[in-house]
Formats: sequence, C-alpha cells, structure tokens
Amino acid sequence: MNISLYILAAFLVLILALAVRAAKGKQMNMEQWSVGGRGFGALFVFLLLAGEFFTTFTFLGGSGMIYQSGAPAYYVMMYLTLAYVFSYYLLPPIWRYAKKHGIISISGFFAHKYNSRLLGMLVAVVGILGTVPNIVLQLKGLGIIVSQTSYGAISPVMAMWIGTIVVTFYVMLSGLHGSAWTAVLKDIAIISVVVFLGCYLPYHYYGGFQPMFAAVAAVKPAHLIFPDKGQSVSWVISTVVLTVVAYYLQPGLFMSALSAKSPKVFRKNTIYLPVYTLMLLFVYFVGYTAVLQVPGLQGAEGDLALLKLSIQTFEPWMIGLIGGVGTLTALVPTSVFLLTAGTLFAQDIYQPLFKPASERTVATAAKTAIPFIAFTSLYFVITGGDALYMLLLMSYNLIMQLVPSFLCSLLPKNPVTKYGAGLGIAAGVATVAYMTIAKTGLATWFPLLPQAVKDLNAGLVALAVNIIVMAAVSVFSKQSVQESGRGEVG
Amino acid sequence: MKLIHVLGLVPFLGMLGGLPYVNKPGAFVLGMPLNLFWIVLWVILTAVIMAIVYAIDPDNREEESS
Repeated sequence: MNISLYILAAFLVLILALAVRAAKGKQMNMEQWSVGGRGFGALFVFLLLAGEFFTTFTFLGGSGMIYQSGAPAYYVMMYLTLAYVFSYYLLPPIWRYAKKHGIISISGFFAHKYNSRLLGMLVAVVGILGTVPNIVLQLKGLGIIVSQTSYGAISPVMAMWIGTIVVTFYVMLSGLHGSAWTAVLKDIAIISVVVFLGCYLPYHYYGGFQPMFAAVAAVKPAHLIFPDKGQSVSWVISTVVLTVVAYYLQPGLFMSALSAKSPKVFRKNTIYLPVYTLMLLFVYFVGYTAVLQVPGLQGAEGDLALLKLSIQTFEPWMIGLIGGVGTLTALVPTSVFLLTAGTLFAQDIYQPLFKPASERTVATAAKTAIPFIAFTSLYFVITGGDALYMLLLMSYNLIMQLVPSFLCSLLPKNPVTKYGAGLGIAAGVATVAYMTIAKTGLATWFPLLPQAVKDLNAGLVALAVNIIVMAAVSVFSKQSVQESGRGEVG
Repeated sequence: MKLIHVLGLVPFLGMLGGLPYVNKPGAFVLGMPLNLFWIVLWVILTAVIMAIVYAIDPDNREEESS
C-alpha cells in the first residue's frame, strides 16, 4: 500500500463529513436545497462563484492548454476578470426580480419574464444540455487525477464510480449547503497547492520565472505569443467578449448568484474576484515548466502535464495531497452542476408537465433526478465516443443562445415576444449544432475573408441567426397580437 | 450615462484593446512575457477600478442604512 492512497481516502471522508454537517438542523425545502434559502453572505457566495471556475478543467486543462498551445490559454483569466465586471451591473436586477417572484433557476426566470411555461421548458432543456457535458468533464478529470496520484492502484473507472456515488449522496442530502461548505475546504486547499507548485517548480527546474520563460522561448518561441491565425488576437477578443456576456447565464452560476442574501454581496465580490483569478497564473507557470520537463505528451495527454511533472518531482505523500485536492476540485463543481440540472428538471420540466399538488413533490422529483443525471453522465464518460466530444464543444455556445432574449427581458419595455424569444433560441441552438457536427464555419463558407474575421468565435454566427429570428418573429407576433386581441388584453 | 458605467467599460477597453500591441515575442516585464504581464496588470487595475466604482455607487450606501 502506498501513502497517497490513505491521503486520498481521508479527503473523501472529509467531504462526506462536511456535507452531513452542512445539512444538520435545516428544513430542506426546495429553496433551501437549491439556493441555500437565499441567505449566503459575501464569503460563501464568493467561494461558490469563484469555486465554480476553479474546476479540474482549470487545474488540469489550464496547465494542459499552456503545455499544448501556450498563450491562447490566457483567455480564461481575461474572460473571468471581465465577467466579474459585467456582473456588477447585471446581477443586482436579476437577483431582485428573482427574489420578488421566488425564482430559483434560469429557466424559471425566462418562464416568468415571458409568461410562458413552454419557453421555460425550452430553456431548461438547453440548460441541461449545457450542464451535463460539464459533469462529464469533471468526472473524467477525477478519473485521471485519482488513477495518476494513486500510481495506478485505482483505475480511472473505479475512481469515477466512487466519486459519482459520493457526490450523488451529498447533493441529495444537503444541496447547496453541502457544496458551499466543501467549497470552503476546496478553495483553501487548491490555493495552497497551486501557489506552491507554481512557485516551486519553475525555481526547482530553472531557478526562476524569467529563466523558465526564456528557456521555453528558446525552444518554442511561438508558445509565448498569440499566433497569427487560428487562436489569434482576434479569436481571443471575440471569444472573451462572448464568454463574458454569457458567463452568468450558465445555469449553475446563475443559481449560485441567487443564493446571495443581498445584491451588495456581488458588488463587493467584484473587487476581490478579479484578484482571485490571478491564481491561474500559477497554473500557467506549472504548464510552462512542463513544456520542456515532460516533453512528448500528445493531444489530450497534455492534460496530464501537471500530474506527470509532479510525480517526477515529489515524494508519494505530496502526490497524495495533490490528488486529494484534485478530487475536491472535481467533486465540488460536480455537486453544483448536478444540483442545477436537478433543479432545472424538477422546477421547469416536471412541474409544468405533471402539475403536482405540493412543493414537496417537486423537491422529491429534483432529488430523484440527481442519481439519474449523475449515472447517465458516468455512462457517457465510460463509453466515451464522438457524441460526447461534440456535446462538450457545443455546451458553452448553447448557453450563449440564451443571451439576446435574456438581456432584452431586462429592459424596462421588452420589445421581444415569447415567440420571438423561443424561436430565436431554437434557431441559435440549431445553428450551433449544425456548425459543430458538420465542422463548418466562417472560414469554410467565405475563404476570402480577412484572417481576423475568419478567426472570430463560431458562436457569433449562431448568435447572429438567433437575433435576426428573434427580431423578425417579435415584430410579426406583436402585430398579430395587436390586430386580433385588443379587447382581450387588459 | 453614469460615471460608474463608464468606469465599468475601462477594463474591457484596456485589457482587450491593448492586446494587439503587446503581442510581441522577446520582451519581459517582471519576469513575465509582455502579453501576460499586460493581462495581469489589467486584472489588478480592474480590481482597483471596481473598488472605486463600489465606493462611489450610491446603491451600496442605501442598502447599508436600510
């Protein structure tokens, strides 16, 4: 037996203990369960919002992207910082409206603003399609982390099974309270590990940051700048802007934001959250150290860069610690994603379809959906395949399709009708699906466009289709309402 | 447009607008490549700007008194 296994097990026990503690003495009705009774102060909300980006994707994927392609990975730090700025103005009106009308999900928000259950269901479906790939991604990361840091003693599939069971249990038991408590532990642990690795590794191998960058520049100069085409400056700017606007419409973040006890909580957080994204800098440093120290990882193997480099540098107990912290970064976001998908399903698909008598039944439906979603995701990870990869590519662009009609709904006089919103979203989603599956885009359709235009983010095209359909249908349906229903409205 | 809205645009213009000019190989500032330094600089400036916005936004004072 190696020591890293014991440390991994200790982390798992700790997570469960925290989740049980968090649920203690609380009546777990729907509002308590999914948005923590809207009673969280600045610290919890901060950790939930900040914690949601610090997932295995950042931990492994951030260093992996630096390893593979270098500078383009910076876009994550840029969009997070700017998304927080945007949230200062965006979240308070959303929070107030949601509080007033008892809304706990993005689809509930749409259903209420546009007064259409059907639109709420459409948004819930888009939301679930955009969330499940994230769960899959976290589970996959968990499998990699545990199998690597246990030196192969636990297989990835076994790790994913254990992880799925644990996370399903604690989400069903304590809802967002459990996620908030484990997020506290997770964030303290991950900051310590990442800052340590990001400082120690460059000094250990190169004697400093600049010597490390200089060494990378000497061998792979293209790694340190944005390339002229592909992931160019034009790609970065368009991707960052699109991501910023859609960021808080991700169903999980939307829900976490509603858990605040006052809008002032987010406003204050926008001061600290940008600083928190600087943690990514240390992940980048690890990625750059790995470029020359663990050469030869191809394609998706790049995600192993951080772990491989650590294993070659440290003793088993340290690897166990990194593995335990890595496990937390996978399980905490997974719990929020599961909670989100369960809430979307129960609140905005189950309830309008079956019209249950009590709120209690809705809560039961949400909790019953959790294991179903969790194990479906697990099935996807184990079987893998192209469908999964396509879904992953699409997930963020899908959520982006909610943006136009969402932002319009915040206007004092919303020019968009429910038909415009619904058909616009549907058209956008169809465009995203088509472009992803057929692998087409601006570059294939218009090969003569300037490079800067070709590199614009593909989601932009779908968004344009979405807005055109939304505007056209809104104008048309508004006219027909005015012609036919003068007397009925009022 | 209120001052707090104008200030909110500054991080966007600064961080993204400057990017084409700092994307050069070879230059280092504080041990980091120039483009990375530029982004980090703007992350810190953004926090400062948002602290100013928070301080001058009348909405934050109203809630305190209520």
